[in-house]
Parts: sequence; structure tokens; C-alpha cells
Amino acid sequence: MKVKIHKFQQNGMYILLDINSGAVHVVDQMIYDMMDVFDGTNDEAVTEKFDGRYPREELREALGELHKLIEQQELFAPDIDVPPTFKSEGLVKSMCLMIAHDCNLRCKYCFADTGDFGGGRALMSAEVGKAAIDYIIDHSGNRKHCEVDFFGGEPLMNMPVVKEVTAYVRKREKETGKIFKLTLTTNGMLLTDENIKFLNDNAISLVLSLDGRKDVHDRMRPDMGGHGTYDRVLKNFKKMVDSRGGKNYYLRGTYTAYNPDFTKDVLSMADEGFNILSIEPVVAKDMPYGFTEKDLPHIFDEYDRLTEAYLSRHKEGKGFFFFHFNMDLSNGPCVAKRLSGCGAGHEYYAVAANGDLYPCHQFVGRDKYKLGNVFAGVQNKELPQYFRESHVLNKEKCRDCWARFFCSGGCHANADLFHGDIRQPYELGCEIQKKRLECAIMVQASLALEKEPDIIR
Amino acid sequence: MKHIKTVNKPSLQRTVHTGGCGECQASCQSACKTSCTVGNQVCEK
Repeated sequence: MKVKIHKFQQNGMYILLDINSGAVHVVDQMIYDMMDVFDGTNDEAVTEKFDGRYPREELREALGELHKLIEQQELFAPDIDVPPTFKSEGLVKSMCLMIAHDCNLRCKYCFADTGDFGGGRALMSAEVGKAAIDYIIDHSGNRKHCEVDFFGGEPLMNMPVVKEVTAYVRKREKETGKIFKLTLTTNGMLLTDENIKFLNDNAISLVLSLDGRKDVHDRMRPDMGGHGTYDRVLKNFKKMVDSRGGKNYYLRGTYTAYNPDFTKDVLSMADEGFNILSIEPVVAKDMPYGFTEKDLPHIFDEYDRLTEAYLSRHKEGKGFFFFHFNMDLSNGPCVAKRLSGCGAGHEYYAVAANGDLYPCHQFVGRDKYKLGNVFAGVQNKELPQYFRESHVLNKEKCRDCWARFFCSGGCHANADLFHGDIRQPYELGCEIQKKRLECAIMVQASLALEKEPDIIR
Repeated sequence: MKHIKTVNKPSLQRTVHTGGCGECQASCQSACKTSCTVGNQVCEK
């Protein structure tokens, strides 16, 4: 039987999540304990079990409240199967352009092998970039919004093509009525005044890579000569973010086994004046800076500390957005979206510098995942279908997991990296993901209670 | 309720029938390039 509820304690709060409705209930300790036994049909057993530990009258009252939730379909809500709204084929709505298979940094944890994806350094031509834009327009059906991310390597190393493709996007928008959201991920080394102006003038959202504290950043993100880059990129990021009024960016870091106290890195970013932040665990196999199962208890404790720091900064009026804690519990994605997940391989493709298509940026260079190219289209027709059907309800380990409608089944590329099978999730990633979700739900519950302390519906 | 505070108006069951317009962002594109967390997204409808 599929698990229907998940209960957990986070930063002193007792939380009961009803998995199939998405209802989040903050409960007292008595209800929390009762949920070990209560299944909706066994009031007597519950009363008998807790008689003596809690007053009978209180237990009766609590059971009444639980039954009310069941009536409202906010407790033990029915299982969700693949809905009719989940179409059998996806529309391609997003593309990641590997503008440069080259980089001016030598980050030690780089999944792209210092930018060349294991296949030699190369720059994308404008011809390939424009063909990618045409591809997305031709394959996005009636969908109005499309997304293109300029990625690398370091995309600013191929700025002429970024400019030409951006101009082409704007022209094609007028011709087709499509709206493109453009993003660019950069290490910040080449954020010159001219580039900053271009990025602002063209409303390109940014993902800026910074790992937190200076010593942490410099250790993992040196330049080609082995020198730290923190001072240089921090200066550029501040200029960049100030020039756009503190909007349309994410400052994103990676934490490794070298900085297990990564809360300090998040706070360091906030103290430098940035307030839209993200930090994520490194994904690495058999590396000294990678994580193993034995690191999990410490990582979990650290997320508790991050949660506490996040809420305390919020209370002090010095709050910041943290990507993994942002969650709209009432207006989150529909079930179809939750099954589509990240869309890799069926709604989202990566385009290598030579025009080859892959399921996502992380698959670039993994030959068996090559789908085709931007000129001839997808030749491997089975693969997009396989990715589309590799959703949480088709993965053995995800089907019964409480987090199935939040996490979308984890990263396919990581599953392939560790198991050679996109349907076998990367367990360490799952464990960290689940902890982050518990923190996020607690944060959102806490913020909701702050607004309406007596929420009773 | 005295023992339970429900902090959201959940929409999951409803969207079994109403979702699927596909106008939302691809998850991994928004901020992170290594972890996809659809739960962080907002419905664009």
C-alpha cells in the first residue's frame, strides 16, 4: 500500500503532511503520537493505546478533528494515478545552449570536466544557436512561453554568439508571438561594463556562481593559474546585481565535504548584500570532496541550522530568498507538472556546441544519450518517450516515497551517473532532498502561522 | 480546531483534472542546475 502521510518534527514543530492532497497540518504532540496508530477506521484502538498518556476527553476531541480532515479530503486523500492531463508526448519548451565548451576557471568539482565535457574545447556558432531557437519554436506547439538558458562552460567566453542569438530570439518573438525567457549562468569573470549593459538591456536573468566564504570559494573555484577568484567575481557580482536593482538573479553555490558548515556560506552571501540565494550539495563519485552516506547526519543537522538562521534573519527584517525553501503550499504545480519533473529529455533539451541534442546539460558528452541534432531533429525517438515515462509513479523507489509529488523523482543525470539507469534514483540525493523538503515545509508553515497565528479552517 | 492548524489550501487533488497547461518553467532552469525540485514552483495559471 502506498504511504499516505508523512509526519516529522522540524525545528520544534510537529508537522503532518497528507501526501495525496498536499495538505500541511501543524499538530500538537498528542496528534503526532496518535498518527502512529490512527488509520481513519480505528478510533477505539487509538483511544486504548493512548489512554493514560493523554486525557480521554482530549483524545476524543482530537479524533473528531482528524475525522473532519478526512471528510475534507485533507487526510488520507485518495491515491493519485497518472492524470488525463499528463499528455503522452511532451512539448519542447526549454533549451539549454552550451554556448562555450570552454571555461576560464578550473573548478575542482566541475561536472563538465573544466568546461569541455570531455570532448575538446569548442564554441557554439551563431548558426547552431539560431537553429536551436527555430527548433524550440517548431516543437513547442501552442505553448506561448519558451525558455533558453545560455550555459557552458562559461557562456561569456562566446559573447558575440550570445548577442546574435539574443537578437534572433527577439526577432522570432515578433514573428511568432512566442515569449522567450532568457537566462545565463556565469562564473562572473567576464562581467565587464559592456556585458553588464547588454544583459540588462536584454532582460536576461542570471545565475551567478559563488560558493560563499572567500576561503571556501577560492579552494574550489580557482582560475587557470590556480589563483583564487573570490575577490574578482564578488566585485563583479555586486556591480551586476546593483545595476539591475537587485532583481532577476540567483546567487548559487555548491557545498562540498570541505565546507559541511555551509550555513555560514549562505549567511556570508547574505552579508555581502545578496538576497536571492541557493546552495546545493556537490554530486561526485569517489572524490575527497564528495559526500557519502556517513555524512548525512551532519548534513541534516546543518539544514536544521540553516532553517533556524533563515527564520531568524527573516524575523530581524534581514530575510533572504533561499531557493530550496521557496515553496507555495497552496498554489504549487499541478499533478501533470509534478510527473513531468524537470522535463529533461522530453520538454527540455540541451544543445551541445556542435548542435547535438541531449536530454539535459548534464548528459552532454554521454554518447548513449545523444538524441539527434538541431538541424535534423531528434533521431532517437524512443529516448524522449522513455524519459517522459520515467516519472515518479513508474519508478519503484519513488512510487511509495512520501516526497514523490515534491521532488519529481530526482535528477535523471545523477541516477544515470550512479546506477546507469535513470529509473534508479541517486539515494544520497534523495535523502538530502527529503531533508530540504521537510525544512521548506516547516519554513512555509512557520511563515503562514506568523501571518495568521490562529489559522483554523 | 484546537489540536490541528492546517496552514495551506491544498490543490493537488483538484489539479488531477485541471492541470497540464505546461506554461510553467522547466524546474531545473530556474536557479539550480543540479537538482530538480518541482515542489518549489508556482502554478502559472
